[in-house]
Amino acid sequence: MRAPAPAFAANLNEATIDAARAAIGAGLLDAIEIAGEVQLHVTREALVPALTALRDTPGLEYQQLMEIAGVDYPERVERFEVVYCLLSLTRNHRLHVHVGATEDTPVPSVTDIWPVAGWLEREVYDMFGVLFTGNRDLRRILTDYGFRGHPFRKDFPLSGFVEVRYSEEQKRVVYEPVKLAQDFRTFDFMSPWEGAEYVLPGDEKAKLPEAKGAPSPATATEVQKAGAAEAPKAPGAAPSQPYAKKDATSTAETGAGRDEADAKPKPADPDVVPTKGGGQNQ
Amino acid sequence: MTDMLVEKSQPVDHAVDPALEKMIHATDGSHPTEGDVAIQNYTINFGPQHPAAHGVLRLVMELDGEIIERVDPHVGLLHRGTEKLIEYKTYAQALPYFDRLDYCSPACMEHTFVLAVEKLLDLEVPIRAQYLRVLFAELTRICNHMLNLGSHVMDVGAMTPNLWLFEIREDCMGFLERASGARMHHNYFRPGGVHQDVPLKLLTDMADWLDTRLPRLFEDAISLVADNRIFKQRNVEIATVSREDAIAWGFSGPMIRAAGIPWDLRKQQPYDVYAKMDFEVPVGTRGDCYDRFMVRVEEVRQSARIMKQCLAEMPEGPIASLDRKVVPPKRGEMKRSMEALIHHFKLYTEGYHVPAGEVYVATESPKGEFGVYLVSDGSNKPYRCKIRPTAFSHLQAMDFMSRGHMLADTTAILGAMDIVFGECDR
Repeated sequence: MRAPAPAFAANLNEATIDAARAAIGAGLLDAIEIAGEVQLHVTREALVPALTALRDTPGLEYQQLMEIAGVDYPERVERFEVVYCLLSLTRNHRLHVHVGATEDTPVPSVTDIWPVAGWLEREVYDMFGVLFTGNRDLRRILTDYGFRGHPFRKDFPLSGFVEVRYSEEQKRVVYEPVKLAQDFRTFDFMSPWEGAEYVLPGDEKAKLPEAKGAPSPATATEVQKAGAAEAPKAPGAAPSQPYAKKDATSTAETGAGRDEADAKPKPADPDVVPTKGGGQNQ
Repeated sequence: MTDMLVEKSQPVDHAVDPALEKMIHATDGSHPTEGDVAIQNYTINFGPQHPAAHGVLRLVMELDGEIIERVDPHVGLLHRGTEKLIEYKTYAQALPYFDRLDYCSPACMEHTFVLAVEKLLDLEVPIRAQYLRVLFAELTRICNHMLNLGSHVMDVGAMTPNLWLFEIREDCMGFLERASGARMHHNYFRPGGVHQDVPLKLLTDMADWLDTRLPRLFEDAISLVADNRIFKQRNVEIATVSREDAIAWGFSGPMIRAAGIPWDLRKQQPYDVYAKMDFEVPVGTRGDCYDRFMVRVEEVRQSARIMKQCLAEMPEGPIASLDRKVVPPKRGEMKRSMEALIHHFKLYTEGYHVPAGEVYVATESPKGEFGVYLVSDGSNKPYRCKIRPTAFSHLQAMDFMSRGHMLADTTAILGAMDIVFGECDR
């Protein structure tokens, strides 16, 4: 590690993975080290025993729960990931525990292990709609009173659905559907040489059907047909040298070729569709 | 101190005035008589517009007379969706959002984010840049503590120290302005180093200030309150937190140190050049509001010590990484070299792509452990940037900390927590 990041006892990573395997057992799906940090992937059922073991087993001793982060991966079967960042004060070590979830499969609450989890779980619920069974106070925490939807989901638009203003006629704050003076702009920064999913203008000429005899100019319909036939194959999965990293050895390090997950906001959840009336809070 | 408490709890002599005695007995719940008024618990709103709430905090308090029975903090009134906005920005564009989180210590917020990005990039940072970052992070810590100590003192009734401490805060912001061009929202720390070098005169001015003006103003102001009888009455034995509670409730920073645990990320998990710095970690003995105050007071002195070491030891050299795929070239260079122009253009439009991975990087911000859980998918924008605010765990403990205390103690408890809502609500 050349970067001057906080230096916790990273030399304990290997030993920690071994100890965690022994302590958690079958509930542990995977234990890996990425960027110098240990990630434990556990099943939902094993979450509470696993975190209890991580806190109480001598040699693991993760006394503090610092953070619970939600992440949304819409393309996954279990689209949400809940990440518990633990800190050991005695061993001076950090790790994160990952557990998958969907809207319908609640995650067991860890408020009985760490009381601090109460608000952290409320935040994940508020932002992603992940439910936690056993949390006795699972209210929204950061969003407005009466807010609908879960704003940090990838399919929730950045601008939201409603905006507020003070109405001089009604003498109160009113909620209205968002009106943007300028269309929301999002740019595709993936290089066309690194797997952008469209055909560049002119590229279709390279794939013209071969005419017999002397080459004759193709008709417009032929060109279109050829382009349409080629188009699905066009997104090249082959990654090339990443821009920022000179010494990348595998494609996993570059992550090239992801499409824009946020290009078209499509609320999948009926919960996030705005009401037809005067705004969501009325 | 203890004798003061005894004095307070002694019953008032009612025998003097028969009319008063009659009135007191008329409302005595244990001897109900005709015409008694039954007093029930009642609920009040503290905030969201209350000067001692340090921002937009709404506390729904259930009171029994003047005794707090339950506190339900309602946060989120300043929620701006920073984490979501960052997902739509390149890494360079995301950085200024961090200034606006804890607007009392912006440089420390930037520090965490740049360290997280550097960790994912595995980017080396020149030593002078590391010194500069530590120097300005500590200056920011002083700046932050000036605001907190001053407002804490003012919340419990004193006026003068706040005015003197604001003098220091003004000096700090002057220095930060001379380094970065902005008093509060610096955008000075960048992945790979800092934005620009500092003039030598700034460093010498800072050294002068550390030797003369800071100790004089600061020690004067603190001498007014540290041993002050009223200040102690309002803070000692208020909201005592045990070590076990401090750990279980995820405390960090001055809050965990006041409980007696010598845990400081600058010491335990040093980043940048903190490993080379010689400083002490102050701890409290009782875990009450007074200890939290005094831990911060001592931290200011230690920060000044770290700054002096930085100024003495800072080497010459580049102030940002020379990796042109991450750090853009300076404007002068960009005007002359074609390659620099290309890099400049690419880095300010597309930005750099960060290798896929997930890191949780936490630093010792003035308020405690400030963390960033950064998920990169290999593109030029963060896939997810979860910010761990210090205030969340501390404010959550407000309920058990203020239970059984008087309504007026709320301001002392809040003041000693050091909460800023830009960071809490994000």
